[in-house]
Formats: sequence, C-alpha cells, structure tokens
Amino acid sequence: MYRYDEFDARVVADRVAQFRYQVERRLAGELTEDEFKPLRLMNGLYLQLHAYMLRIAVPYGTLAPKQLRLLAHIARKYDKGYGHFTTRQNIQFNWIKLVDVPDALADLATVEMHAIQTSGNCIRNVTADHFAGAARDELEDPRILAEIVRQWSTLHPEFSFLPRKFKIAVSGSEHDRAAVKFHDVGIEIIKNDKGEIGYRIYAGGGMGRTPYIGHVVGDFVAKPDILAFLEAVMRVYNQSGRRDNLFKARIKILVNALGPEEMRKQVMREFEEIKASGALDVPAEELARIAKYFAPPAFEALSDDVPGYEAARRSNAAFRAWTKTNIAAHRAPGYAIATISLKPIGGVPGDATHEQLDALADLLDEFGMGELRVSHEQNLVLPHVRKKDLPAIFAKLEALGLATPNAGLVTDIIACPGLDYCDLANARSIPIAQEISKRFADLDRQHDIGELKIKISGCINACGHHHAGHIGVLGVDKKGVEYYQLQLGGSGAEDASIGEVLGPAFDKHEIVDAVEGVVGVYLERREKNERFLDTVRRVGIEPFKERAYQGWAFHI
Amino acid sequence: MPLIKNGAFVEDSFQTVADDAELTSNGTIVSLARFQKDRETLLARNAPLGVRLQSSESPEVLGEDVQRLSVVVLEFPKFRDGRAFSWARMLRTRLGFKGEIRASGHFLYDQLAYMTRVGIDAFEVRENVTLDDFARALGEMTYVYQPSADGRRTIRDLRAHPRT
Amino acid sequence: MAQTDQILTANRLRDGEVVYWSRGRWVAALDAAEVFGDDPAAKAALKAADASVQDRTVVNPYLFDVRVEDGVRHPVKEREIIRAAGPTVRSDLGKQSSEAFDVSL
Repeated sequence: MYRYDEFDARVVADRVAQFRYQVERRLAGELTEDEFKPLRLMNGLYLQLHAYMLRIAVPYGTLAPKQLRLLAHIARKYDKGYGHFTTRQNIQFNWIKLVDVPDALADLATVEMHAIQTSGNCIRNVTADHFAGAARDELEDPRILAEIVRQWSTLHPEFSFLPRKFKIAVSGSEHDRAAVKFHDVGIEIIKNDKGEIGYRIYAGGGMGRTPYIGHVVGDFVAKPDILAFLEAVMRVYNQSGRRDNLFKARIKILVNALGPEEMRKQVMREFEEIKASGALDVPAEELARIAKYFAPPAFEALSDDVPGYEAARRSNAAFRAWTKTNIAAHRAPGYAIATISLKPIGGVPGDATHEQLDALADLLDEFGMGELRVSHEQNLVLPHVRKKDLPAIFAKLEALGLATPNAGLVTDIIACPGLDYCDLANARSIPIAQEISKRFADLDRQHDIGELKIKISGCINACGHHHAGHIGVLGVDKKGVEYYQLQLGGSGAEDASIGEVLGPAFDKHEIVDAVEGVVGVYLERREKNERFLDTVRRVGIEPFKERAYQGWAFHI
Repeated sequence: MPLIKNGAFVEDSFQTVADDAELTSNGTIVSLARFQKDRETLLARNAPLGVRLQSSESPEVLGEDVQRLSVVVLEFPKFRDGRAFSWARMLRTRLGFKGEIRASGHFLYDQLAYMTRVGIDAFEVRENVTLDDFARALGEMTYVYQPSADGRRTIRDLRAHPRT
Repeated sequence: MAQTDQILTANRLRDGEVVYWSRGRWVAALDAAEVFGDDPAAKAALKAADASVQDRTVVNPYLFDVRVEDGVRHPVKEREIIRAAGPTVRSDLGKQSSEAFDVSL
C-alpha cells in the first residue's frame, strides 16, 4: 500500500496545525459557526444529533495493521469504544468532542491517516474496488490511479469551494464493485483496440434526491492525460454548477441540464488547454513509481487444490457455510479473498468495537497479511489469504463475532446511521435493518433466497445508497412519524440501474412485512438461477407491488 | 476597506463607480455591464481601468480587452461561492492577464492561501485582519500537490528534483 | 387543535452535548427543561439564548414542540425523542445510559 514520504507527512502535519488554529479561533469567537462549519467539514467533522462525528479517510478502503490499532485507540481515548464503517470506505466515530479533535488528528497523523476532505464541498475520498489487486477479472489495480487522484485532489486551491460535494470512484475490473456509474466522476480502467490501458470516464452519476447514472464524457483517456481530464471536468463544474439551490448543485444536475454532448464539449475545451500546457501530465515514471506501492505481495507458488481447506469444509458445517458466501476466487492459485461480515444477525450494520479492530490487526500480523480493505457495503475484506489458513482464520473470526456467513445475502444489509445518529435523517434505518435481519435469520432460507442486496437510507441524501439496492428502503418523515418507501430493481454494479418505487410509504411495523412479501413473490416466480434482481427485471414491479400492498384495500 | 497587496497594506488607487455615476479622472473600476455598454469610451480614456465581476460572470467575455485593464475585481458574495477561484485561474492562464486581480467581499482567512495560488494578488480585507494574519495564512501549508497559476513548485516536482 | 408547548434546545459547542434551556441556564436532561406554554415566552427565550451563541457556549439554538402529560415531557417529533435519550439501538450510550453529564466543559 502507499507509504507517505516526508512531503505527504508534512501536508498532514500542517493540516493538523491548521485545524488546531481554526478550533482555537472558533472557541475564541473569531470565527462564527457559519464560517467555521465548512472548515470543520473539510476536516470530516459533523455536528450530529447527540454529539460531533468525525469521519476519518480510508483512501480506497485500504488499512494496515498499525492503522487498525490506532483506530482502536481513537475509539477508546476519544470516543465510546467503537467505530462505524461507511458506504464510502471510510470510518466514523460518533461521540467525539470538538476540543479533542486536533489531538485525535495528531494521533492519526502518526500512522499516515487524516480526516481531510471527508466532508464539505470538495473532492471526497476516492474509493475503489475492495478486491483490488486480488480479483481474477482485474485489468489493473485501481488503487494506483486512486492514489494519483487522491494527491491531486488534496487541498486543491481551485476546487475547495465547489457547489457541492464531489465523489470519485475507480474500478479496474469487468465487474464493477465500486459502483462507478453512481459517482460524480466514475473511472473504469479499460483496454483499447491497440491493447493499451486507459480510462473511460463517467460524469454525473449520483444518488440523493434525484438519482442519475453517469454519462460517458471520456471514451478513452490515456494515462498521462488523466489529471488534465479530471481538472477539466472539475473546472466546468466549479464554474457552471448551480449555486442557487442546494438540491440542484451536484454535477449530475449540470450534466443533465447541458446534455452529455455539450458537457463533453466543454470538458474537451478545458482539457485541450490544460493538456497543451503540460502542467498536469502524469509521466510514465510517476505511474510506475506509484504502481510499485501497490505491487501485490509475493505470492507463494501454491496449488489451488488445498486438501486441508476442503477437509475443513467437509467436517465443519459453520466453516462450510461461511465459505459458500464469504470466499471469492483469487487470481493467485491457493489464495482466496475473504469477506468479513460486519452484519451479525440483529446487529448494527458496519459497526466494529475497539477490541475487534485490535484483534483484526493481530490477525493480519499472525497470518502475514499486510492490509485489509473496507468495502462500500460496510464489510471488511482480507484480500490475500492462503486457502490453507482459512480454517484457522475462520476460527479466530468466529471468536470475535466476525464470521457471519452472509456476504451478499439478504441479511447483509447496508444501512446508514439514520435518525439514531444523524442530524439530517428523517427516520431510523438501523432498527429496520435489524428487524429484517432477524426475520430472515435462518441460514437455509437465506441461501435459498441467494444474492439480495438490501440498502436502507434514513433520508433523501441516500447515504445508504438505497437507489442502488435490489431492494431499497428510504425513510421519510410524515408529520414527525417515521415512514418507509420501498423500491426494487436497483443495482450499483456494471449493470447499473435505479430502483423503482413501489408506491405509498409503509410505517415501521409494515415495512418488514412488505420486504418479506416481495421476497416471497421472487421465490414463487423465479426461473432457473435468477437472482432477486433478475426476476424483478424480468417480471416488472407489478406482482411485487400487489403483494406488498396486500391488505391495503382500505388505504387506496 | 483596507487593501493588502504583496504582503503590505496599500492605498487603493482606484475608485469603484456605479453604473449611472459620472466617471472620475483617476483609476476607475466599473461593473461588467457598464464596461460592455461603454467599452469604447472607457478604453479611450487615459486613466487606469478596472472591471468588477460578480461571481456568476466569467472573465471569458473580456477576451483581449483584459490586456488593457489594470485590475479585475472578483466578488465573493459568500465565502462558499468558489467560482472566483476558477475565474482568477482563467484570467492568469487562458487570458494571460498580468494586472491586479483583487478579491472583494466575503472570504475567509482560511481561503487566502488558495486565493493566492490561483492568481489573486490583492485583497480587500476586513478591518481586523493584520499583515501577520495574512503571512501566517499563506505559510500554513509547507507543500502543495497541484500546479496552479502561482507557478509554485509541486510536491511531485520536489520529489523529482530535490536539490534544485 | 390544542397548542403544543415548546422547549428550547441547542448543542454545546465544545463537545456537541445536547442541552436544554431552563430559566437562563442550559441543562442536560429533557426533564429539567423549561416548558414554554405560549409563543411569546418561547421566542423571548430563543432571543436570550443568543447570548450563549455569542459567548460560544452553544450552537444553533431552536425551539421544538412537546406535549406534557402528567408532568412528563413528550417531544412531538421522533427526532427530539431520540435526541433527548440517545440512539435507540444502543441503550448503553447517550443520556439514557447511566453516564454522568460532564460539567467540566
């Protein structure tokens, strides 16, 4: 993974000092809250329902053991002993005090971590495929580009006061595990006819009040040109993005107002100029230099046939169940990608205790693994595991409560913090996730249902990515009471689609029944190996709508 | 309003003139609307001329005329409105403007370093801003990752050529 | 329609703690909050609270609706119920837990 040099370290250290001074000035009354708010947001600090919340950046979701330990330390020293992994691969702490944040940031800096630009109207954490460097279908490790983009976007003098937030994601595989089409800018690493690797650039994707799928604005951007191209997109957005209406300020609104053709035209004009100046060229040496940081570990020459692994699967039912869903194929024979589910049945999705964070660091060290990943689905990933180590690792995870065998299943739910924590929320999302999880707890039933991505957001800001859920749930407020809207057929993968709303919202007692109802329709109507998503796409939402609103005759 | 330029307080040798007011004989700043309306007259005068741009007004419309301006004023109606960062950058690079780019309105101490980087070199500051504040703001970040209009050496450049 | 009463709330600047106005001071517990039966009194308190914003004690004071039944304050909106107690999914955290209110800040 990337390692800071003296320059990176100094940037972060200066930033800590800068924020410390900002806090001093705020406490001394030299900055009003209105002036201080964007400054603290650009250091990841929100004021939520109960307390401040600090969102710490985890660039492209990669964490080293020493970083896990420091996060555990943060949880203990400054917070209430736990953290929450987010849908943008970051980690949040919900109970931090403003007066402690400069010290917490100073502690984070000791392990090359920070909270720079995890909020605010600037370029946010650049996310990437959580299977990077390990997946079989990978063309190139997307984190190489993500790191280059991270540096370019950090404290950019021109783009720190954008109309709104800006999110960039990178995918390096045929299968898009980074949901690039739902980002402000999404980057797909592709090969052209000449066999050269370059980038397809999408712009204008997004969730929120008005979800959009991104349009291609750059068919094939050559590697040396990538920063010039991104700068061009940012400049067009900064100049022309709407500033009169908070809900129409994202780039997705601009792209759709101009139309993709005009957007391309404006971007190309800026791009040609920047490229001609040469100022943002990314030379081959620089690409190679950064790529070295992401060179895969030296894989042992192993056979993919691992008797110990197969024997454990036969003899240990729990291990077998876990391997059915939580193990993905690795490009190196004898290795596997393991998903650590943070969705225990009835638990809070995405949360981890300080003990778990420390134990995971120990686990990485014990098995010679240098890093783990945070996925945007609020789970963790061990990218390079020797199959022969899996039984022992599983045992350790079991002891930690981290071995729930539900990756990608109906109980692997994504939920934003919602009204339990968040100042912006209209409704609670976590209890709904917990109820659904408990309702479907039976593992055989879960396997029968198969892949089903449920995503729950507590408000229109869609931090739970509900528009991209096979089943999406949106919490709404009706006269101060929580209601839930149900939508079906969304997908964040390369077959990106926005879910369709079924009808009127359900109350908190009805919504879980409604979810169970639509799952029932799937089970009745599915053909061959169809997943829930496939059946919805094939038959349309009518049958699901009928079932969800069964018994609603008196409402309609 | 105190004016800081090149790290010092300077006299404002310009006067901003309203759209319907008489022009004075000294340095004059007019709105874009007035500049476009009275362009010939304004450019024919033998006095320094400046144009004041609102945050929604791109300097692009000035085109070649920028070379005949002494100052362009960029308004910050709210500090959150970051369009002027791009306008300043455009003035310096695309339009090759070498005169004074002056920031006016509501901006924060915390934006001064960015503003300087994109090519703003004069600042109408609030009464309580000192030169020490200003210098401190500019020095908060030792290194920068991105190239900008100020030509400051980037981290990548320093990495490649450490001893230059 | 019966008029609901109001309570004035804010967050403490230094640590984000939820606080309620009670006769010129800020308290941690909803139970101890001053209840305003009429709008002018509520608005007057909101105005007085501005001094706490100016002296950097709190941020963003605002009024919210409550119904008082048998002396118990029931916020009308779910949001304020949760804000007064803590996350519903973690009964061990927030005001609802036995944690003491830290007056030192």
